[in-house]
Amino acid sequence: MKRGLFLPIAATLGFIFLYAPIISLIVFSFNESKLVTVWGGFSTKWYGELFANPQVLDAGLLSLRVATASATIALVLGTLCAVALTRFRRFKGKTLLGAMVSAPLVMPDVITGLSLLLLFVAMEQLIGWPAGRGELTIIIAHSTFCMAYVTVVVSSRLSDLDLGLEEAAQDLGAVPARVFFDITLPIIAPALVSGWLLSFTLSLDDLVIASFVSGPGSSTLPMVIFSKIKLGVSPDVNALASLIIGVVALGVVIATIFQLRRPQKKTPA
Amino acid sequence: MTLSTAELVGAEARRWRPWGFFRTRLEMLGIGGRWVVILPPLLWLIVFFLIPLAVVIGISFSESVVGQPPYLPLLTISSAGDVQLTLHLSNFVFLTQDHLYFDAWFSSLKIAAISTVFALLVGYPMAYFIARSSDRVRNILLMLVILPFWSSFLLRVYAWIGFLKNNGVINNFLGLFHIGPFTMLQTDFAVYVGIVYTYLPFMILPLYTNLVKLDETLLEASADLGARPIRTFLSVTLPLSVPGIVAGSMLVFIPAIGEYVIPTLLGGPSTLMIGRVLWDEFFANRDWPLASSVAIAMLVIVVAPLMLLQRAQNAVVER
Repeated sequence: MKRGLFLPIAATLGFIFLYAPIISLIVFSFNESKLVTVWGGFSTKWYGELFANPQVLDAGLLSLRVATASATIALVLGTLCAVALTRFRRFKGKTLLGAMVSAPLVMPDVITGLSLLLLFVAMEQLIGWPAGRGELTIIIAHSTFCMAYVTVVVSSRLSDLDLGLEEAAQDLGAVPARVFFDITLPIIAPALVSGWLLSFTLSLDDLVIASFVSGPGSSTLPMVIFSKIKLGVSPDVNALASLIIGVVALGVVIATIFQLRRPQKKTPA
Repeated sequence: MTLSTAELVGAEARRWRPWGFFRTRLEMLGIGGRWVVILPPLLWLIVFFLIPLAVVIGISFSESVVGQPPYLPLLTISSAGDVQLTLHLSNFVFLTQDHLYFDAWFSSLKIAAISTVFALLVGYPMAYFIARSSDRVRNILLMLVILPFWSSFLLRVYAWIGFLKNNGVINNFLGLFHIGPFTMLQTDFAVYVGIVYTYLPFMILPLYTNLVKLDETLLEASADLGARPIRTFLSVTLPLSVPGIVAGSMLVFIPAIGEYVIPTLLGGPSTLMIGRVLWDEFFANRDWPLASSVAIAMLVIVVAPLMLLQRAQNAVVER
């Protein structure tokens, strides 16, 4: 049958398209030669060079600190926002809040970055805060755009949630905050975890916004990688890429196995 | 539920209740329950989203000067105490006069649209294949689709440089058969490949979610009535998957318009995209007012229609 062959072939080609560049990247990270695309024998020297480079290590640590802080701030603000938008019937500014929180999803990074930088510059002139730009301004910027993603993830979980559970708790005399911490929070916990992880990844991945709002001396890992790439392909970037992909792949595989092992009875047909 | 009353009371006493303290304090200030939830995100977004946009609009009407900051203030207060507001429209006039900006807008839309079509052509068979697989295979394939998304975007673009270079993997491979070499890097073609590659998961996932719900009996009915597979696909599967196609295409098209990294790393000097123009205006020319007016024009021409479209689409989906 014609369709029987076409689909598997097209899908296989698609997966080759997805993975061929990544696999070649990893293979050439073990290349002895400095010419990235010509094989010169097996070597792990680029990995050694990577760990001896303080610029890369500092940038990596800065990125991890920024990602942790902004994912956490985004989680708190995004969850509050999702609760306000899905649970509160009507309040002053609901439309405004909804529009503002979804705008970063369609807003190009260059505009988000530019507008926040101009704000920080204007604020520094007016009130002297934030003094200079660096880690703090990157965290603020990342929290703002990550919060939009947390809101989307958490609201979709909240609107699927059985309202009866919350109403039952309320009928039994729990104050709204108590209902939230005892009933809602444990149920939406998986959405909170994925919202945090998504924010963490987005923050770790961002080049454009961080380039606008960071100051001298505070380069995130993507900024360092970008300036290296612009100078040409270099094997230590390959090594760094392989390490990142390795860690991510391990995480995703473990998460998938964990998910598959869980009893499937909870998911409705 | 076999807890005794004593156990319940004990659990009650041990329970951590951070909200009680805050609630009484805030109520003293006259802030009732709901506003504790609403205010933090609302204030945060006003300060770090709305006001920045206002600042950009303000600076776009300013004049560029050499200095720190490199623009003139809009409001000046003279020694006599008169407040003077100076608005320069020169930046916007400049945008309409220099056709670099029009070309960049047009070319951003073109590149985003072409890439979206290619992403659909590559993603659709993959999504359909995944949707028709058995449960076990399906989960593994979905994981394979999502995995690259979690790894660094920048490094995935970088991987293509090594692939498309003149002495890169593809040309070396073709060289074995004495074909080529082809110039692929620093062309619009490389930009299409880069966008399709990085945004492919966003195309596949909504398509998959849609196609997996497809009722197989419809396909059987169509086949029983004598339709060939291609006919069944065109008149049953494809029309039913339109919502997935629209959702996936939007998720690729919207971010592709403002893309900066891909045209910079994979495109050539002639690859104009609006995100890149804004970046250069800001970082290379240090013309903050002009960069701001490019941003405002981009918001009005590109982003606002998309937001309205998205709202309309949401309204349709909710109905």
